[in-house]
Amino acid sequence: MKTFLLSVLSLAVPAAACAAEEGAAATSGADTAWVLICTALVMFMTVPALALFYGGLVKRKNVLSILMQCFVTLAVGSLMWIAFGYSLSFSPKPYIQGFLGNLDWAFLENVGTGPSAHYATTVPHLAFMIFQGMFAVITPALIIGAFAERMKFSAFMAFTVAWSLLVYYPVAHWVWSTDGWLFKMGALDFAGGIVVHINAGIAALVTALVIGKRIYLKPTPPHSLPFTMIGAGMLWFGWFGFNAGSALAANGLAANAFVVTNTAASAAVVVWMALDWVLVSKPTMLGTATGAIAGLAAITPAAGFVGVGASIAIGAAASAICYVMVVYIKGRLGYDDALDAFGVHGIGGLIGTLAAGVFATPLVQPGIAGALSGNLNQLWVQCIAAASVTGYALVLTWIIYALIDRTMGLRVSEDEEAMGLDITQHDERGYTVIE
Amino acid sequence: MKIIIAIIQPHRLEQVKEELYKAEVNLITVSEVLGHGRQMGVTEVYRGNKETGNLLRKIRLEIAVNEGFVEPTIAAILKGAQTGKLGDGKIFVYNLDECVRIRTAERGPEAIG
Repeated sequence: MKTFLLSVLSLAVPAAACAAEEGAAATSGADTAWVLICTALVMFMTVPALALFYGGLVKRKNVLSILMQCFVTLAVGSLMWIAFGYSLSFSPKPYIQGFLGNLDWAFLENVGTGPSAHYATTVPHLAFMIFQGMFAVITPALIIGAFAERMKFSAFMAFTVAWSLLVYYPVAHWVWSTDGWLFKMGALDFAGGIVVHINAGIAALVTALVIGKRIYLKPTPPHSLPFTMIGAGMLWFGWFGFNAGSALAANGLAANAFVVTNTAASAAVVVWMALDWVLVSKPTMLGTATGAIAGLAAITPAAGFVGVGASIAIGAAASAICYVMVVYIKGRLGYDDALDAFGVHGIGGLIGTLAAGVFATPLVQPGIAGALSGNLNQLWVQCIAAASVTGYALVLTWIIYALIDRTMGLRVSEDEEAMGLDITQHDERGYTVIE
Repeated sequence: MKIIIAIIQPHRLEQVKEELYKAEVNLITVSEVLGHGRQMGVTEVYRGNKETGNLLRKIRLEIAVNEGFVEPTIAAILKGAQTGKLGDGKIFVYNLDECVRIRTAERGPEAIG
C-alpha cells in the first residue's frame, strides 16, 4: 500500500522522479513532434475510426453498443496503461525473465520528460509511453468485431481488463521490451503485426467460437455502409501514425514506413475490388474497405523492413487470402466472427509477420535481412513468434472467457439480443423514429 | 368517395406528382415502402456473400377523391409512372366510407375537396 501511495504521489512530479532512470541525452524537437502527432493519429484510429467502421456494419439497434465499447476501451485502456500496463510491458527488469516486466514504472514513476535509456532515445520517455499506450488501447478494441451484437456490456468490460493484463502486456513485453524473449531472438514486428493484429485476431477467433453465433443472423445487411467507409478512410489515415510513427523519429525510416503503408493498402483495395468484380459480378464499397484494412494489417509488422515492391506483394497477397478466409472458409467452418476481426486482422497480421521474414531487406534497415536477402533464419524466427503468440493468445483468451462465463455470464439473453444491445445494455437508441 | 392506393417506382414520384397537379388532384400522402412483384427483389452482396430476394424500395401513394376524380387520377398516375418495364407498380381503388376534415369537422365529399 505504501508503494502504491508513493506511486500516485509521484504523478505530481514525474520529471524529478525520473532523473535516475533516464540518460542525459537531449530530446529532438522534430522526433518528439512526430511521435506526439502519431500518438494522436493512433488514438483517432480507435475513436472514431474503428468505432465508425464497426458501427456501420452492425444492425441499427446495436450501433451505440459498438461506439460505446470502442470509446470505453480508450478510457479504461489508457488508465490501465498509465497505472501498470506500460511498466509490465516495457520495464527492463522483469518479474519473469523475458516474459513480463515489473512495476518499477507503475503510475509513471521513473518515466519523465527526458529520454528513456532503453527506448526511443531522442524523444521524451513520456511520449514513447503514450505512443505505446495507444497500441494497448486499440488492440482489445479490434476484438469487439468478433462479439458484436451479443455480448453483455459488463462481460465486455471484464474481458477487456483481463485480456489487456494477461495477454496484451505479456505479449508486448515478449516482442518489444529489450528484455523480451522474442525481441532477443530477433523477431521482427515493426508496428504491431504480432502484438496487435495476430494477438487480437486470435482472441477474436476464440471469442467467436466461445460465444456462439448470433441468433438473428440472416439477413444481415450493414445498417450504414457510409459509416463504414468513413471509418475505413479514417483508419487508413491513422495507420500512418501507427506505422510511420513506429520509426520513433522523423527520419527516412518513417518515410519508408509511410510509403509502404499507403502502397500495400492501395494494392489490397485493387485486388479485393477485382475479386469482387470477377466472382460476384460487382465491385463493392464494403469489399474495398475490407481490402484496405487487410492490406494495412499485413504491412504493419513489415513496414520498417521492406521496400515498396514487397509492399505491393504483401498488400495484394493479404487481400486475396483474407478474401478467401472471409467469403469461403468462414462460412464453411461455421463460426460467427461478426465483423471479421479474425479473418481480416488475424490473417492479415499473420501474412505480414511471415512476409517480413521473407522480404526484409538491408536496404531499408542495415543489418536486417529476410529470406530473399539470404537470411532464411529470419523466416524461421517469424514463424516461432507467430506460432507462440497464436498459442498463448488462444489458451489465455479461452481461460478468460471460461471464467467470465461461469461468474457473470458472457452473452445477453435471447430477448435482449432481439431487442438490440443499445436499449438493453445502455437504455439509449442510436436513431429515433418519431420526434 | 374512393381511396386510390398506388405503388410506384421511387424515381417516378416527381413525374406522377406533376401529372396529378395537372389533373387538379392536390391532396396526396406519400410513404416509402418495401416490396417486390414478379421480379423477386434484388440481389445484394456483402463481403462476397450474395443475398437474393431482398425487398425493393417503392413509393406508396394514398389519394382520397370524389367520384369524378377517380379516372383523371388513375390516368395521371399511369402517365407519370409508366415505363413499360417490369416493376412499374400497381394501382388499387377502394370504396371510402367516410372522410373527416380535422380543422373544420366537415364530413363526406366536402371534406375531401
